[in-house]
Parts: sequence; C-alpha cells; structure tokens
Amino acid sequence: MSLTPEQRLEAYHLMRTIRRFEERCAELYSAGDIGGFLHLYIGQEALAAAVKYATRPDDNVITAYRDHGIALAKGLEAGRLMAEMLGRTTGVSKGRGGSMHLADVEKRMWGGWAIVGGHLPLATGLALADDYNGDDRVTICLMGDGSTNIGYFHEALNMAGVWKLPVVWIIENNEYGMGTSVKRASAVEELTEKARAYNMPAKRIDGNDLQGMVQEIGEAVEHVRDPENGPVLFEAVTYRFRGHSMGDPERYRTKEEITEAQRRDPIFLWAEKLIEDGVATQEALDHIGTQVEEEVAAAVKFAKESPLPELEDLYDHVYAD
Amino acid sequence: MSMPTNVLDTVAHATGQTETKTYREAISDALWEEMERDESIFIMGEEIGVWGGTYAVTRGFYDHFGPERIRDTPISEMAIVGAAVGAAMNGTRPVAELMTINFAFLALDAIINHAAKAHYMFGGQFTVPVVIRTTTGGGRQLGATHSHSPEHIFAHFPGIQVAVPASPFDAKGMLKTALRRNNPVLFVEHSTLYQRRGPVPVDDYEVPIGLADIKREGTDVTIVSYSKMVEISLKAAEQLEAEGISSEVVDLRSLRPLDKDTVLESFKKTNRCVVVEEAHQLYGVGSEISAVIMEEAFDWMDAPVQRVSTADAPLPYSAELEQSALANPSKVVAAVKAII
Repeated sequence: MSLTPEQRLEAYHLMRTIRRFEERCAELYSAGDIGGFLHLYIGQEALAAAVKYATRPDDNVITAYRDHGIALAKGLEAGRLMAEMLGRTTGVSKGRGGSMHLADVEKRMWGGWAIVGGHLPLATGLALADDYNGDDRVTICLMGDGSTNIGYFHEALNMAGVWKLPVVWIIENNEYGMGTSVKRASAVEELTEKARAYNMPAKRIDGNDLQGMVQEIGEAVEHVRDPENGPVLFEAVTYRFRGHSMGDPERYRTKEEITEAQRRDPIFLWAEKLIEDGVATQEALDHIGTQVEEEVAAAVKFAKESPLPELEDLYDHVYAD
Repeated sequence: MSMPTNVLDTVAHATGQTETKTYREAISDALWEEMERDESIFIMGEEIGVWGGTYAVTRGFYDHFGPERIRDTPISEMAIVGAAVGAAMNGTRPVAELMTINFAFLALDAIINHAAKAHYMFGGQFTVPVVIRTTTGGGRQLGATHSHSPEHIFAHFPGIQVAVPASPFDAKGMLKTALRRNNPVLFVEHSTLYQRRGPVPVDDYEVPIGLADIKREGTDVTIVSYSKMVEISLKAAEQLEAEGISSEVVDLRSLRPLDKDTVLESFKKTNRCVVVEEAHQLYGVGSEISAVIMEEAFDWMDAPVQRVSTADAPLPYSAELEQSALANPSKVVAAVKAII
C-alpha cells in the first residue's frame, strides 16, 4: 500500500495541522481558555496520519485521552474540536466531554476515553457488534504503553483473541506512562511480547515513519478484515516531545534526551522525504504551513465565538429515554 | 423522564389471563421472548451457554439460539461489561451477565465510568442499550465476599438505572422494559427468590423502571423495601395485622430512578415509616428514604423513620450467626412497634 503524491501532501498537511492545533491548545491552556487536563500529541503525529491512510473511512477508531491527533486524522473538524476544548455547545461532544472525550459517531471516531485501558474492552465490543451484524469493518484501538500493564489489557485482548474479532491493537509506545519509563513499569521491554499470550501476530514498527506504518498497518487491516484471521497487535515506537499533560515537571527525563528525539521529528522526516522524492519543494511545504496557520486560527476563532452551554441544559443526555 | 402517576394503572397492561411462574421462569421467559422478537439482542457471560447459567436462567438457550447469541465468556468481568458497552454503542443490544453482584466490583469502572457515562460524556452521540444482569443477596453461607447486597452503590451514579424486582411479575415486566429502551440498566435479581412463584400475564406486558408498587395497602405505617426484603416486609405486615397494626408495604422496584412520589404519598397517609434493606445501613437506601421524607414530608412525620438493615459486620459463614446479621420479619415488627 503506497500513497499517491496527492495523499503524501495531504498527509503533510494533516500532520502540520495536528502540530499547530496542539501548539494553539497549549497557548489557550496557559491563557486559561482550556481547563481540565490537556495531553498533547506533539511528536506522535505520524501514527494518526498512518491510521487514516491504512483504513477505510468507515472503520472504527477508539483511543485513550491523547486523542486530538487521531480525531483530526479521522476527519473531525478542527473548529468543532477546538470548541470542545473551550467547552462550547458547538463542540463535538457539546462541551460535555472536553479534551479527553472527542468523538463523532458519524465518522466512527468512538472517542477518547480517560481511564487508562478502559477503552480496550470497548474496542472488543465495537468489533464484536460488527462481527455479530456481519459488517466487515475493522476496529483500530490505539493505546499508550502504560495501558499494557492494566487488567483491562489482558481481559480485552484475550476476549478478542478467543472470539477472533477484527481489531488492530496499536500501542503508541512513547517511552513513558506519565513519568514512569517502560522499563520501570513493564516486565518485558518489547511490548509485542505480550501479544503472544493472546495468540496474536505482533510487530514493532517505527512510529515516526509514516510510509512504513501505512504499509504495515494497511496490510494488517486487510488481514484482520478476513473473519478467519483474528486480531493483531502493533507497537509503534515513538516519543512525545511535550510533557504527559500540561503541568508535567518532567523530572524523569533530560533536555538532552528530548533534543535527541526531536532529531527524528516525524514531520521533519516526512518533509525531507517529500523534497527528496520531488513531490514538493520547500516553498510548497511552507505554503502548506501558512494554510495550516490560517485554518487553525479559524478553528480557534470559531470556538471562541461559539456559545457556552445553557446552565438549564445540565441534565440533557443523562438518559437516552 | 415522564412516569405514569397512578401506580395501579401500570400494574398490568395485559388484562387477560395470568399463569403461575417462578421468578426464574419469568426472567428466562422475558429473555427468550425478547430474543425471539429482536435479533440485535445477545447474551454474554460466564457459564451462561453450555452450562445453562449458574442459576439456570438461560438453560436451553444455547441449543436454541446458538453460540453467536449465547456467548460463553472467559472469567473477565471488566471485559464482559466493557465489551457489552462497546457492542451496545455500535448497534446491538447485549445482555451482559455477571454471575453475582459480588463480581460486579471487578467491573465497577466499566459500569460506572463507561456504561453510565458514555451517553452523557459525548453529548448524547452514543446510546448504550445494555442490560447488565446479576444476582444479589446473602443468607446462603457463602462467606463475606459472596454475600453482598450493594445495589444501592450503583444507584448512586447518574446515567444508569438499577432495577431490583421482588416478584415474577415485576421481574419479567421490568426486564422487558430494559430490553426495549436505550438506557443502561443494572438488573439485579435476588439469588434466593428464583423459586418463588407468582402470577404472570400470558400476554405481552411491560413494567416501567422507575415506578414503585404498593404490595400491600395499610394505614398505620409505611414499610419501604425492595428485592428480597419485600417478602420479609410482607411477612412482618401479616404478624402486625394479627396485633391490630395496619402496614402499607411499598416495593421500590428500582433504586434509580427512585420513585419518591409513591413513597411520599404513602407516608403522608400513615405518617410513619420503616425502611427494610438487605445492605449495611451506612449511606444506604434507608438513609436516602429518611432524607426524602424529612425534606419533603416533615410536617407529616409522627415518628422518626426506622431502618432495618444488615448488621455492620462482614457476613459470616456459620449459619445461625449469618442469619442473625440479616433483616427478618421479627426485626421489622420490632422496628414498627418502636414507632407506633
């Protein structure tokens, strides 16, 4: 599975959008416009983009609380996402969810979920429903490295394995679960080893290599789509350039370590490749950057101008009927 | 949520024949009939299929509906509830069975954070039409970890409904309602009621979730209870009647929604109340009913509300010792007499 030149430029646009969206979120958080917890995706953009090109639009995606990037990749509008950050009625979750709970049922983006590992059995269930109804969708479940140590991981993967459900589990290994490194938290350092217990093929992939991931995940998605095959697992090795959330003192790593990791910035790597392959000039890429700046600015403007929820609507949606 | 105000109107939509069924048969029939009616319903849980259910509620289901719709699961409560929630969000109507409510503690996060919150937290985008069936109750010498009655804990949280039927009629009618609506429901059956018999309409009917029922009319005292404790309360009411005291027994039928109106209406008639619960007293249903009466019917109070609850100790194994910890008709009679 390889990307067309148009898709490669579009992917660059998407990754730049995620990056800029996150930078603006950080600013708005510092200014007090965004409250609660805020977990940025900066440094991990390539995986969100890879999922977009490795799946069909009607495939399911579900993730944890670091969900802005994949929400943008799944086609949710930046303006409505930013409105959710600002707690506005125009937000994707009408201001009830916030940064950690971005979803769009029409686009089959089933949410960010804020309890570590809690969404893993939900992924099993999404796939179970499709399997039950004879739909050939695949469910992509993204998770952090930290979630592989919680009971949910074991139960959800085992159940999906027993029932051969169409799930592609993708661990985003950014090396730290909050401030605890993988080697201090997991008895096995290569997290793919955990898949063996559930009889799943597993592979470690470079989480900053967009083209490589589109290829690997794309093939896996089609493999899993065959109901005979059952789930697979990836460990995408990447790095987050910012803290776990805003207000992370980052005592657990050095500035040098971050600087070293930034040498493999996925957006930078992708730009280099586009120029090298003659797909784009630096000028063209700069132009995309300008476009992105305007688009994200428009998203912020839309959010800021959107109404806050009416206080009397507090009880809306507690029950469905 | 709008509810019919006249309790008697809702007792049975069916006006025709009834037949005698056990509580187990009533629940089993509700599941069977709804699965025949609606193909999006399937059941998942431990030992529900080949084994036939540890309380035999789903005996015969596996052979009839097959392994896709009657899904034996690994021992994985977090995943049973979590996967059922995910499947419910994505267009099916799962019934997740937890063998006993004691194991629901393992699934607390999936029930409270996911089943109950998914609809609200995403602005109403997802509906979670999941029914989590489980059994509650002590008194069977199962020791401290297998004898809890913690259904009120789940009822604390907005977003989920908690049904606690006491009779075959209510069990079948409320389960049908749960399977036909779009809210997550924790459906709590009592493990010592499965053999109890009672009239059940032959025709299709529903009992709303959120409406209490007067199980016995009376004038001197209101006894509020639910699940197995309704039976205890009715026995106490008989003993009291022999002594010239007329008791009205209100069966809450669901802990959330809580039908305050029926409780208050009865209380305003009797001016006295005893709550009977099969749970420890602290922060329980009795506390809640007492508060409701104090807040909304203070001027009608002739005596303090009394609570009959499980003793404030883990339930022990030894039979007589265990029984001494639980509510029984004598304790209810004593509580009523204390305020008459």
